This record gives sequence, C-alpha cells and structure tokens, in this order.
Amino acid sequence: MNTGPTRNGATEEHRPYTLVAELTYKCPLRCVYCSNPLDYARHDQELDTATWLRVLEEAEELGVVQLNLTGGEPLIRKDLETLIEKARGLDLYTNLITSGIPLTRERLARFRQLGLDNVQLSIQDVTAGESDRIAGLRSFERKMEVARWVKELGFPLTINTVLHRENLGHVPDVIAMAERLDANRLELANTQYLGWALANRKALLPTRAQLDAARTVALEARQRLKGKMEVLFVVPDYYRDFPPACMDGWGRRFLLISPDGLALPCHMAHSILGLEFERVGTRPLAEIWSSSSGLGKFRGTAWLPEPCQSCERRDIDFGGCRCQAYHLTGRLTATDPVCVKSPDHGLVELAREEQGTDEELIYRGPNLKVPQPV
Amino acid sequence: MGAGGRPGVISTEARPKLASKVRLRYDRRGERYMLLWPERGMVLNPTATEIVKLCTGDATVADIADQLGAKYPTQPRDVLEHQLVEFLTSMADRGLMDGTR
Repeated sequence: MNTGPTRNGATEEHRPYTLVAELTYKCPLRCVYCSNPLDYARHDQELDTATWLRVLEEAEELGVVQLNLTGGEPLIRKDLETLIEKARGLDLYTNLITSGIPLTRERLARFRQLGLDNVQLSIQDVTAGESDRIAGLRSFERKMEVARWVKELGFPLTINTVLHRENLGHVPDVIAMAERLDANRLELANTQYLGWALANRKALLPTRAQLDAARTVALEARQRLKGKMEVLFVVPDYYRDFPPACMDGWGRRFLLISPDGLALPCHMAHSILGLEFERVGTRPLAEIWSSSSGLGKFRGTAWLPEPCQSCERRDIDFGGCRCQAYHLTGRLTATDPVCVKSPDHGLVELAREEQGTDEELIYRGPNLKVPQPV
Repeated sequence: MGAGGRPGVISTEARPKLASKVRLRYDRRGERYMLLWPERGMVLNPTATEIVKLCTGDATVADIADQLGAKYPTQPRDVLEHQLVEFLTSMADRGLMDGTR
C-alpha cells in the first residue's frame, strides 16, 4: 500500500531495520571517549522488563530485524536472559555489545542456549596498561578470558577497538590480537568527537598521518583476511571532506531506545536542546515512529540549509550529523562543520591544529558539569 | 570451472554452508528473505534464497547445481553452475559462506 508521508514525514522508505536497545547507562568502565551523553545520569529511571518485552514485540512488528543490546553495560541488567529469549522468539538477529564486565562463563553459556547470535566485545588497546588506562578500570585480562569463552561456546566474535591518537600506532597489534582470539569480525572504529570524546578531543584527536598509516595497515589486513575475518576501519568524521549519512539518515533505518525509554534516532539526539522525544509505553511504537516530532525533525531534505540544499550530496549525507552540527555551532539546522563546504568548517580545522595538546583526560562519570554549545 | 579452476574460486566438490555469524530470515513486511549478520543485512532475490536454502553443508556445489537444473530445465547446466559458483564465491569472500575452501 502506498500512502503519503505521515505527520512527522515518515514514508515507505522510513523503516527501522535495527533497534538499538540501550538497556542501562550504568557501566563499570569509565572510558574517556564513551558515546553516552555527558549528562547520562539524568536518564537513570530505567525501563522495567515488561516494557522492554513490549518494545521488542512492537519493534519487530514495525520492521526491525536486528537488535543491538547495549548501554552503558547491558550485562548490568539482571533481565538480559529474558530479553534475549524474547528476541530469539521474535527471530531478531541479536548482538550483545559489551565490555565483558561483569560476566561469568556460565551466564554466557546461558545466553548461547537462549539464542544470542553474536557477541561484540570492546577491547581498548593491546596491553593491560594502556587498555586499562583508557577504560579507567583493570579489565584487560578479563576481556581476554571473555573472548576465549565466546569462541569456546560457539558464538561468532566481534572485537571492537576504538581508535585515537594514543593507540592508532597499535593497529597492527590490534589486528594480530584479533587473529589470535579468532575473531570473526574486527571493528577498528575511530573515535567520533561527541559526548565524552568531545570533552577529551584535544587529547584524543589524531594527526592525518597517523590515521593514513593505520588505514593502510587495516586495508592490507582486510585483503589478507578476506573470507576469514571481516576488518572494518571507520575514519573519524573530522578527517573526512564530506560527512557520511549519519545513522543512514535521521529516523530512517535505526531506532534507538534510551535506558529511560526515549525513542531516538541515535544515541546522542537527546543531548540536543529543543527537540521533543517521546517515551515508549505511552503509546504504541508504530505511532511514535510515525508521529513523534523529534523523530521527524530532520527526516528528508526539506529542512536543509544552504549550502546543503543545492548540493549534489544532499540525498547522500542529509546534511551530516545533527548532534555534531549542534554541539559545534549551537544551531539545530547548521550544515555539519566537518563538511568542507560548511561556513563553520574552520571549527574542525582549528580542532585538527589543536590536537596533541597535553590535556588531562576526563573520565566518564555521573558528576560532570555539562558545557552548553557556544 | 570447478576443481582446479582459478584460485579463490569454489570447487564443485565443496559443501557450502552459511557462516556461523549469518542467519536467514523471512521478512514479512517485504515478503522476501534476508541474510542477517552483525550490523549488516542483505535482501535476497528468489533464486539466491533458493541457493542459500540448499547450502546445508551436506550437498556439494555439483549437487546444488543438479537440483537447480532439475528446477530450471530450460537453463543450460554449465551456465547454471557458473552462476552458482560466482554467487558462492562472492558470498565466501564476504565471509558469509563456510566450507568453500
């Protein structure tokens, strides 16, 4: 059935294939580039099990086929077993995105029985000293153990290492570590400068030379390991000339539910002041998808400013990342400053020049005073 | 093509099977099948769906080509087998198919 756009601009092409379920913002790690919002502690009224179960059902009904169980640290939730079992019943492809802490082999085995499909384990660096320093917790040795359990229990294993100035030179060792752990997939994901990473930008942003060297190594490994291990290398937006389509477009392919139940287009959208998002449980998810003002705010291209509106990349990147644009310029509808055509591109050039300044790292924690955009 | 063909190409003796990270799922909304793996997905056309369902890890590539041949008798067998091998090779290169090397 072909119908026109809904009240908030949803059309046939707006279908959430992936539900990102942020089950909690609690986490034993304190990573300096955590992608949770700086004021995450404001959202600590977590959804109960019954509401999550209903969300999973309604999401599948709405077209979701992939489920990412994440956080914070999803292992903190005691009802993870119940949610995995439900997801399997709905035939969702379920991926647990975890630091591996706190976990026992028995609990992981139970997840396997219940039908969890994939485990994505974060490892911050290749040595205990470096890894634990970034995580703000002794955790490296335990992560190695968890990676072994994952494979022993027959799960496919994704290793995710977030890259920045201090570990980009270790990419060859990260690849070797992933091979040793027999990972099926390796995500070499450069830090994107939002949330805690934006607060720590001077200390984390790499040079272009560092980035190019690491990318060369990663591409070589991708060729060499073809068919055996999938190697992904995600560059930081700050070193692109044009932004990517953030989340494949606002409110288009992804739906994210925050720990307190906000239905969001991405993990940071609730840090943009002035947008209204709805809480699940007040009305059916399908209705929220097709009428929430926040989810519809930047759908399509009609809202785009110049130079986006007349740009040939208009339907490719949709103006770039809204959160990045807002947090750098303070304006809701600014062109993403990473774009070379943006009038605010100087902000990104300046950040590149400032990189490497010795700054003390700010660790993720509940009490940071949140700076407002300039 | 087949055994002894160019390097990287799947032998007709191979017994392909979806990689452990991949699941086949029917998409009610689109009335079609999809392959799903971590953070990715792929919509299958009806022929690809049929092939994937035959990749059980028991049947050889030659067996699968026979079964397709029986279903599409107007297609020359060598053309079918060629297309099958091409498809399976691209799947294996993307890490989606095991038992092919």
